[in-house]
Amino acid sequence: MIAFVLVSHSRAVAAGVREMALQMTGGVVPVIACGGMSDGGLGTDACVIADAIRSLAQNEGVLVLCDLGSAILSAEQALDFLEENEKSGVRIADAPFLEGAVLGAIQASAGSSLQEVFETAEGARDLRKLG
Amino acid sequence: MNPVGAAEIRRLLDVVGTRIIESRDLLTDLDRTIGDGDHGVNMARGFAAVREKLAALPENTDIASLLKTAGMTLVSTVGGASGPLYGTAFIYAAQELAGAGEMSPELLSRAMRAAANGIVKRGRAGVGDKTMLDTVEPVAAFLESSDSGGSSPEERMRDVRRIARAGMESTVPMQARKGRASFLGERSIGHCDPGAMSSHIMIEAALDVLAASSGETRP
Repeated sequence: MIAFVLVSHSRAVAAGVREMALQMTGGVVPVIACGGMSDGGLGTDACVIADAIRSLAQNEGVLVLCDLGSAILSAEQALDFLEENEKSGVRIADAPFLEGAVLGAIQASAGSSLQEVFETAEGARDLRKLG
Repeated sequence: MNPVGAAEIRRLLDVVGTRIIESRDLLTDLDRTIGDGDHGVNMARGFAAVREKLAALPENTDIASLLKTAGMTLVSTVGGASGPLYGTAFIYAAQELAGAGEMSPELLSRAMRAAANGIVKRGRAGVGDKTMLDTVEPVAAFLESSDSGGSSPEERMRDVRRIARAGMESTVPMQARKGRASFLGERSIGHCDPGAMSSHIMIEAALDVLAASSGETRP
């Protein structure tokens, strides 16, 4: 199963998107929310993201989704912190945060590969909501 | 510049932290003008944490470990884009100094080059984008220019001071191309970039410590 790390500046946003992804997939997809700083303030922390990715190592792969700006910087820095063998099955998607997480998780719940899950998450960018 | 040991680097990081914390309101005001207004608070929080972490390290901690600890602490405490940017800069600089007991001018040059390259890699920014790189890159380039033109180490340090200030000031007429400020388009013109300012404050603080340790008086 492909697992997810959700990186948001806000603890509430990361937790809320995780809740939606879990609800849509019956809770079978591992999702870790990395939101906010340890003091509860807004921000992203590359060390926390790296630890989350490491803790998901027993899965077939990990897809990282980020909200805005420096969340991407922190996610990329987290990959820098990981050893080659720890990051071989990890990808950062350039996807809308909520839509990418929910659609990606649904794809993952079908037992899809990291590449398929990655493409679905990135494809969420083209999701139309009005007809 | 005389060779600089771990004790001087410790003092240097302490003074850098003090200056950043003292500059919190200045950085906040600059960032409020063209950003989201959190740079001063974020940086002050980060360097307050750096001071605590460094104070807890054993006295014989080497230069590379001091800088790496500073970088990792900034990553975990700053929160905004400057966390990964400055964190990467310090961590990459530390890698160049691994095992070194003293920081020679040659090592300082390599460390600054690594720091600037780290900022480029992490932020995908170039000179002229109105970022901290506009302060850091000219300093790195000057330090690695091997031809000192017959100038003394003290003169070179004064040149660094001038170049860092000029780099920071160069961001005023620029239009931002990175980060939140880029949304302002032409309205970002006419304001100093907060990251370029915090880099300038850090470099100036470092130069003051290095000048003091080599017996030079502060101009």
